[in-house]
Amino acid sequence: MSPSPRARTTARKGTTAAPLPGGRRTVRWATNAALAVVGVSFLLPLLWLVFASLDAEAGHATRVPRQLSLANFAAVLTPELLFVPLFNSFLLAAGTAAVTLLAAVLAAYPLSRHPSRFTRPFMYSVLFGTSLPVTAIMVPVYGLFVQLNFLDSVPATIFFMATTTLPMAIWMTRNFMDSVPREVEEAAWMDGASGMAALRTVVLPLMRRGLGVVFIFVFIQAWGNFFVPFILLLSPSKQPAAVSIFSFFGQHGAIAYGELAAFSILYSLPVLVLYTVMSRGSGHGFAMSGAMKG
Amino acid sequence: MHVPEATPGRLSRARRRHLFRLLPVLPSVLLLGLFLLAPVAWSFYASFTDVALSGKAAREPSWLGLDNYARMVSEPGFPLALWLTVVFVGASAIVGQNALGLALALLMARGNRALARTVGTAVVAAWVLPEIVAAFAAYAYFSRDGTLNQLLGVAGAQGTDWLYAFPMAAVVLANTWRGTAFSMLVYRAALAEVPGEIQEAALMDGAGGWQRLRLITLPMIRNSIASNLMLITLQTLAVFTLVWVMTAGGPAGASTTLPVLAYQEAFKFGDIGYGTAIASVLVLIGMVFGLAYVRLLRGAAR
Repeated sequence: MSPSPRARTTARKGTTAAPLPGGRRTVRWATNAALAVVGVSFLLPLLWLVFASLDAEAGHATRVPRQLSLANFAAVLTPELLFVPLFNSFLLAAGTAAVTLLAAVLAAYPLSRHPSRFTRPFMYSVLFGTSLPVTAIMVPVYGLFVQLNFLDSVPATIFFMATTTLPMAIWMTRNFMDSVPREVEEAAWMDGASGMAALRTVVLPLMRRGLGVVFIFVFIQAWGNFFVPFILLLSPSKQPAAVSIFSFFGQHGAIAYGELAAFSILYSLPVLVLYTVMSRGSGHGFAMSGAMKG
Repeated sequence: MHVPEATPGRLSRARRRHLFRLLPVLPSVLLLGLFLLAPVAWSFYASFTDVALSGKAAREPSWLGLDNYARMVSEPGFPLALWLTVVFVGASAIVGQNALGLALALLMARGNRALARTVGTAVVAAWVLPEIVAAFAAYAYFSRDGTLNQLLGVAGAQGTDWLYAFPMAAVVLANTWRGTAFSMLVYRAALAEVPGEIQEAALMDGAGGWQRLRLITLPMIRNSIASNLMLITLQTLAVFTLVWVMTAGGPAGASTTLPVLAYQEAFKFGDIGYGTAIASVLVLIGMVFGLAYVRLLRGAAR
């Protein structure tokens, strides 16, 4: 399992930070002070979430709880409040990521391996597709879903969410696939494997890190998506955590801040863990190079 | 989107094989056509009608011509929302996220390693959190007895109810907080590509910190700057949840950006026709930036 050449270059260059010449203590001190100030400012709004979740009498104010209590967590750990919405979030996010990855891999293969006169215009159309403001098309998508009787359907919502992330996924997947050398694949062809078999047995295993990045990237986006399921899924039994948290605390939030914070933390944990896994395994540079390279 | 089309009649063997090879692209093309292209096309069509959420106009909408667009110009709601969207994108994305992201990336390259990593984690945390959670946290932060006013109280200043008194400032700061991580990551990756030798050579020539930044570093990463500006502009144009949870566009439309206005007109007042007209304008603005972005990357690839 050797890292792709691009990731290796990025990692090597990242470590060669130019050493500061001597006598620049003040600059260095000011730099660190500025960093610390920004870091603290970014943490402050999150501090409230942590404190309030452990405080049975939490309000809007940030304060160290008088008495640490897990009552808020206990209060939200019920099937209809937490487990069903989280399961729905998982269904939506995993379904979206699976559909996106499958479609993106299939599309990326001919685009990467059999370039034709369609390839460039297609890739630029796809890139253009990444720029559509998804919230802007929710009104027409609602109209479309009414026409096709798709409203309140989880599979239809999954396919729509997969489509919105598909352009970025195709773009990233093709870049990752381009970095797998053709020669390894040609050897498989010599052994009589068809194009699809070579893709499955040779190319995909070699780019599994890239595929992991795309999957997690789409999963995180879908897990956190509020607006799409808010418009397209109507039954509370099908709504993901993002929507149920909004409708429940939209009505009861005025009294249950602690529970809101506890729920938020439990709902955020999976994506925080996934993001950590992704960035530890590959580094930001790796993911960014897949997304940004032209 | 390009659909490879077969010409009727006989096809040469090579051509048939070529089309066969393109077959795996088909699922993506179908998805993009049905769920992206069709809604956009329908949006433009519906914006010329009075189609509604319910009632007679829902079953048989009638053609209005340019009435919806004329209404945009004559009613104060739309010009205000357009202006607030420009302010929102300009202040929170182009100035806030972009400048802060670049500054952070530069500071992190020079500062203490462990500190830089910790700060990076804090900045990224706001970005990785689900949008609705970030919105709740920002709402609590800016509310009357929230953290901001507590801090001001410690400093001896009198706070205010930010979400009512200065709703735009609150959502701009919240979106800067939420989105800076993206710019920071883009610029960290870009700065890592700037060869150290060039920096050192400039240092030998006696260039100061600002001079090196302005004359060497920034020009070398200008493609990343341009791409980043396009991408964060497009992302910020589409922000809905953050504004909706924090202020719901209020008070009295004082923080209603275009996505919020389109939502309200379509779903609160049931006027899908007018809602799609606003959505169409938003899509057009997105398309302009999208085209600019494609041209930019195409130029860089050559």
